[in-house]
Amino acid sequence: MTALATSSSSSPLHFWGYFMDHRSTDLSWLWSHTWLSVVPVVIGLLVALPLGWLARRYRFVYPPLISLTGLIYTIPSIALFVLIPPLFGLKSLDPKQVPIALTLYSIALLVRVVADGLASVSEDTVQAATAIGFKPLGRFFRVELPIAVPVITAGLRVALVANVSIVAVSGTIGMSNLGQLFTLGFQNSTNGPYYPPIVLGIVLCVLLALVLDRIVIILNILLTPWRKAVRS
Amino acid sequence: MIGEVFTWLNDPGHWKDTRFDTGIATQLTAHVRFCAFALLVALIIALPLGLVIGHTGRGRWLIAAANTLRALPTVGVLVLLTVVIAPHFYGRTDTGYLIPTEIVLIVLAIPSILSNTFAGVENVDPAVRDAAEGMGMTGKQVLLKVELPCSLPLIFSGFRSATLQVIATATIASYLPLGGLGRFIYDGLAQQDFPQMIGGGVLVAGLALVADLLLYLVQRYTVSRGLTGRFSKKRIPDARLASVTQAEVAAV
Repeated sequence: MTALATSSSSSPLHFWGYFMDHRSTDLSWLWSHTWLSVVPVVIGLLVALPLGWLARRYRFVYPPLISLTGLIYTIPSIALFVLIPPLFGLKSLDPKQVPIALTLYSIALLVRVVADGLASVSEDTVQAATAIGFKPLGRFFRVELPIAVPVITAGLRVALVANVSIVAVSGTIGMSNLGQLFTLGFQNSTNGPYYPPIVLGIVLCVLLALVLDRIVIILNILLTPWRKAVRS
Repeated sequence: MIGEVFTWLNDPGHWKDTRFDTGIATQLTAHVRFCAFALLVALIIALPLGLVIGHTGRGRWLIAAANTLRALPTVGVLVLLTVVIAPHFYGRTDTGYLIPTEIVLIVLAIPSILSNTFAGVENVDPAVRDAAEGMGMTGKQVLLKVELPCSLPLIFSGFRSATLQVIATATIASYLPLGGLGRFIYDGLAQQDFPQMIGGGVLVAGLALVADLLLYLVQRYTVSRGLTGRFSKKRIPDARLASVTQAEVAAV
């Protein structure tokens, strides 16, 4: 499974050649890296929406919820990775520990974002919607949530970019994703630096972060067509 | 498993240095020292820079540039710098690993502090700034006596998140042969000694929580009560100073 350094050149610019030489491994790592970055954020959003609504609807829920999620966000990623198995009753090195940890981080970040986003909806708008005849559930999905979209997507961008970096950290404890490229590069550098896998890993991580960020920006524009009308 | 972790943490032999192993106490000190040094340097660089950019409004591109640094995977940069720098150091010191780690930690801490300081100064109520100038304060006085105290809450939140990131990344530095609490995680992993690995995780999480709590306490007692609305006797509903002032002005 570990692709050994067979390429001749060790120049940092040789990363493309390295990629072509180990295409299938690198692509599978990129693929799992993408999934590990995206899926926890989606699950996190699905969990954070009702929790954020709860924090907005019942104000006394907000402070304890924010303290709790802040507490989760305080725990460093590598520590959370190794703490997940004993807490969830998994084996000590289980591939599931990384997505679980990332989901916890995403929930922690997004609950606050959703609650603040819903708080940014002005009271007048809510009252107007009620007066037109929206019932609470319909008002939430068709008025409050759409208006909160820009705040929520801003939070999604932060969560995604952070996740790409954190997933790479899990490569250091042996999970198979782009982080493995850094391990490979480090192990192959015992006799003089061997740059290609390290540079390739950084390039792919940054590209992945930029692409995911761009997708969320486009999503934001598609979901809030009225903002375009006001701007122009 | 949780019991074994507790046993590992509770064993005094694991806390003291022995001839073969470095104890928890020493690694904890080393970890705190790396982090404190990096945070101090980052603060010295980022705080004045953020204040000046926020005050003058010039050089905003620096903020944007610093924020793009966040997209870099820290592990990758750490390994890259280590591979570049470490071979130039020989002997039994860990300088070759320490220098790249400190560089990464400083680079990591700067964006949070810089952008939050900038946002803090930028978001000071223009009326407050005008009032300060109207009282005859010079630009420097406005910055240090009005804008800095008013932006302290945001500066603190930036510094606290920088602290957490630095503690987390200093842990990963143990993946390269460097001391610190991460040693236990990676050594435990290599030796399949899971109580040690998870015990290391508990220690790192504990350090992060304690550091954040300490900074919270510092923040609580340095940020002006006029901003936080933390008054001991009189409880003002919605006690942002601005709204109180507004009410007073309206009463006149």
